[in-house]
Amino acid sequence: MSELDTLERTLMDAIAAAADEPSIEAVRVGALGKKGSISDLLKTLGTMTPEERQTRGAAINALKTVVTEALTARKAALKDAAITERLARETVDISLPVRSSPTERGRIHPISQIVDEITAIFADMGFAMAEGPDVETDYYNFTALNFPEGHPAREMHDTFFFQPDENGERKVLRTHTSPVQVRTMEAQKPPIRIIIPGKTYRQDSDATHSPMFHQVEGLVVDTKANVANLRWVLEEFCKTFFEVDNVTMRFRPSFFPFTEPSFEVDIQCDRSSGPIVKFGEGTDWMEILGCGMVHPNVLRAGGLDPDIYQGFAFGMGLDRIAMLKYGMPDLRNFFDADVRWMTHYGFRPLDMPTLFGGLSA
Amino acid sequence: MKFTLSWLKDHLETDAPLEQICERLTAIGLEVEHVDDKAAYKPFVIAKVLTAEKHPQADKLKVLMVDTGMGAPIQVVCGAPNARTGLVGAFAAPGAYVPGIDVTLSVGTIRGVESRGMMCSEKELDMSDNHDGIIDLPDDAQVGQSFAAYAGLDDPIIEINLTPNRPDCTSIYGIARDLAASGLGTLKAPKAPAFTVSGETPVKVKLDLGEDAHLCPGFALRLVRGVNNGPSPRWMQQRLIAIGLRPINALVDITNYMTFDQGRPLHVFDAAKVKGDLVVRRAVEGEKVLALDTREYTLSPANVVISDDNGIESIGGIMGGEHSGCDENTVDVLIESALWDPMNIAKSGRALGIITDARYRFERGVDPEYMVPGLERATELVLDLCGGTAAKADVTGYAGYTPKQVEFPVSEVQRLTGLTVGAEESIATLKNLGFGVSGSGETVSVSVPSWRPDVDGKADLVEEVLRMHGVDKIAPAPLESHGAVSGKILTTLQIRTRVAKRALASRGMLEAVTWSFISKAQAELFGGGKPALSLANPIAADMSDMRPSLLPGLLTAAQRNADKGFGDVAIFEVSGTYENDTPSGQRRVAGGIRRGNASMAGAGRSWSNSLKGGGKPVDVFDAKADAIAVLEACGVPMGNVQFEAGGPSWYHPGRSGTIKLGPKIVLGHFGEFHPKVLEALDVSGALAGFEVYLDAMPEPKKKATRTKPALELSPFQAVKRDFAFVVDKSVEAGAILKAASTADRKLVTGVNVFDIFEGASLGEGRKSVAIEVTIQPVERTLTDEDFEALTGKIIANVAKTTGGVLRG
Repeated sequence: MSELDTLERTLMDAIAAAADEPSIEAVRVGALGKKGSISDLLKTLGTMTPEERQTRGAAINALKTVVTEALTARKAALKDAAITERLARETVDISLPVRSSPTERGRIHPISQIVDEITAIFADMGFAMAEGPDVETDYYNFTALNFPEGHPAREMHDTFFFQPDENGERKVLRTHTSPVQVRTMEAQKPPIRIIIPGKTYRQDSDATHSPMFHQVEGLVVDTKANVANLRWVLEEFCKTFFEVDNVTMRFRPSFFPFTEPSFEVDIQCDRSSGPIVKFGEGTDWMEILGCGMVHPNVLRAGGLDPDIYQGFAFGMGLDRIAMLKYGMPDLRNFFDADVRWMTHYGFRPLDMPTLFGGLSA
Repeated sequence: MKFTLSWLKDHLETDAPLEQICERLTAIGLEVEHVDDKAAYKPFVIAKVLTAEKHPQADKLKVLMVDTGMGAPIQVVCGAPNARTGLVGAFAAPGAYVPGIDVTLSVGTIRGVESRGMMCSEKELDMSDNHDGIIDLPDDAQVGQSFAAYAGLDDPIIEINLTPNRPDCTSIYGIARDLAASGLGTLKAPKAPAFTVSGETPVKVKLDLGEDAHLCPGFALRLVRGVNNGPSPRWMQQRLIAIGLRPINALVDITNYMTFDQGRPLHVFDAAKVKGDLVVRRAVEGEKVLALDTREYTLSPANVVISDDNGIESIGGIMGGEHSGCDENTVDVLIESALWDPMNIAKSGRALGIITDARYRFERGVDPEYMVPGLERATELVLDLCGGTAAKADVTGYAGYTPKQVEFPVSEVQRLTGLTVGAEESIATLKNLGFGVSGSGETVSVSVPSWRPDVDGKADLVEEVLRMHGVDKIAPAPLESHGAVSGKILTTLQIRTRVAKRALASRGMLEAVTWSFISKAQAELFGGGKPALSLANPIAADMSDMRPSLLPGLLTAAQRNADKGFGDVAIFEVSGTYENDTPSGQRRVAGGIRRGNASMAGAGRSWSNSLKGGGKPVDVFDAKADAIAVLEACGVPMGNVQFEAGGPSWYHPGRSGTIKLGPKIVLGHFGEFHPKVLEALDVSGALAGFEVYLDAMPEPKKKATRTKPALELSPFQAVKRDFAFVVDKSVEAGAILKAASTADRKLVTGVNVFDIFEGASLGEGRKSVAIEVTIQPVERTLTDEDFEALTGKIIANVAKTTGGVLRG
């Protein structure tokens, strides 16, 4: 065995024996470093004859190539092994639970969600949103809306009153969102297309009545709006809101002091499966809203000439349509702030109702 | 308003079935609320007991063979003591539902004998409580006939939900008139009363109302002598019972019958008990009357009464007095048919708390033109049912009816409804309803009948035409499009309200809606409780005052949840609070609280708490972060926002802050709560909360362009340097941050506090604040000298403004 063969064997054994990256580096330095065994041999090339160089020189270079390749391969293998070992060491129990995301935990109250749904629908029909105060004057809540003083229609509203002021006038908690109709007409010339969501109050309490509840009112005033348009608006609204292809609605003549003619609107539905109401099918009728053409006296109260301007108004209970759509059984729970109720019936903050993405998920 | 089908058909000639009548009633605005078609009584037929033998196995039972008029006799086992051969009664076959005992019959075997049906008692048919024996009918009952038809139990009952504008339909006659006008049958003309009168009514009526004659615009009175006031006939009693009235005696039943049949409330006085003439006047303050409901009422001048020499005999238009009421001993009767002021009746009735069928009609408006005909009709009924002799009627104060005139452009129907109804059809409809129409062409003159006080203007006439024509004939027509993509429709406040809710919910909080009214004590704790915001008629004592803050409602809600075992809650509300009773006094506030350890990361303990810091009780900084989230979501320029220590009295004075924009605008408060306030609210636990006033935020500046400012990115690496300053404990970290960041506004792009340390090594009353400063070179990489200079500036600036020295 030649001297070179012995060196190759020794080096290859050392490479194979290197167990980690520092030891393989030591082998490399011992062979190919400045004073390494192969480097030393290479230094002898300069002293050789051309013949020697052709044979012995080629053999030394071949040895260098073989050792370099072996070193590289061993190094890569050791690196892989080290990574494999590290990965094994770093392994955790991924079954451990993580905290829920705040956006998953948080909730929007059904009333807020419904207002957003309604806003999305009416915005598409060119309506803006108007608001008004909860503490109202008797004038805006009743008189301007054509409820004459002492009229039995006032008794239909179980009104909350404040203490009379020094002039004997007492403010009320608005019994409906309709006062905003007159406030809007006073502030803005037609054409008017608004929806008015808000809190309303009546002195009443049971499973379907609460002393505080929510309504949404709609008002359209221009020089053309008529009952046919009213029907269209309400049908489009109900269809979109309840997310059904068709609704059948029934308009019944009724009475509200602030509209003439007035209607109550029933929607055809299926109530055969208990508390769950299905719209767009069935043979039952459910009263859902009141509406009508704005009474000439109300237009006058708003400073408009009823022979020039005309329009319609409609109003419905927000809580009620929320209950119908999403199935809450008892209105009183809306105001309990029970975390279980809020979590169950509430909506996630990123569930934003839009027409392009759908009202509800 | 309730009535029976046969009663309606007294006035309406129609072949329409019940279902169609009900549909039409609803379609013309007389909403049918409930119908009892009496189908429950259909299975019962009149049957005769052919034989009644003793049951072979039971002493108290009998085995009957019953002839039902159909097929062979049927065997029935019966326990009634009065079951006997020859009895005619009501039979129910197997399959029939027996309402009084809530049982559906089947073929049974009783003590070994088969029974194929049942002979019923009155109780079993829900007719009365009589269960002494089975029904025992007189000879006129025909075997095989419907028992319900024989007993008058088959008359369907219709109940309509009458709107307050329709006094004309408080009478069955009026309902028939409406139905006839809609084309469903013909209105039967009332028969003209025919009776002879003899003598004068001796009792005179004096209207003593001074200038308020409108309170009683007419009074008609008649004496009928020699009546026999027994029970009213069966047909009248059945009708009254069907609509929920109790028959009393013929005279009283006649007044009730007229109230419903014609919408004409009447009163009958026993003439023997009336002393002197009748005077219609205002009551004297404190005057008392025992009314027909046997309750004593204390009256005031707001109430109009009918009195005689004995005192008050009746509260006009509301309820008669007990003293002069009619009973079976009444011989001479005074019948009153009067008119009363609707407003005064409504007020009096409400003040006295009396609800009667008379008040119901008078406060809506009784047909003045029927005052006298109503008296005539009532007199005729009295004469028919009780006999006697009628005196001449005495009519006082009635000035007659002048019809309202409405100029009606016939095109108004189309203008308001979009429905094309021909002028002729519109006019015909109005005439059918009793309106007078004169003139021709585009605009006609319409006179309003005396029974329609609700009709004032042309819109009312449109409604009349529309409801008779059919609202459902109007085809929906799209609202005119604006012809453009809809723009932004929400105001800044509405947008901020919406975004504040979503921002807080995104922080893991639950949106609550709590009551706008709270107890006075709670309102006072939070700076409210003013008299102007106190309800005169709260629904409950703890819901009496408009809330000055969202916090009391949220804090007590959190406690309620804690009491149910949910102690770690994070809830918020974005809604109104009330500073005063004007529209601008209603604020728009975003408020929230966290309880227990409901931090944003999550409540409760977790294996990863050591990494993520959960499980620690909430504090002022959780509330501060929530408040800032609202401000940021609403687009408030945060660079200009200041945080001052301390807040309103309900917060912990050392653990709360006030958020300001400039010296005047208060944007909100946050913090932990004052222990005394929590105690007064009866709540406990770690609690922190905030309120941000959305309506206090300035409108965002209008921008000329939506383009964002150009982004300048430095090519040089940003560097972070740490400093620790020892300062007096009272120095706010915010001041150190400000001093560091203003040391070089160009190079220093960020400052943050990463550690606070207090310890004996620093000396009494001292603390160390460690900050991290981000330095962003702009023009070139900074040299060691540059850093040294900047560091020196930061240290000097902090020392100058806070007295802080670099920690050694």
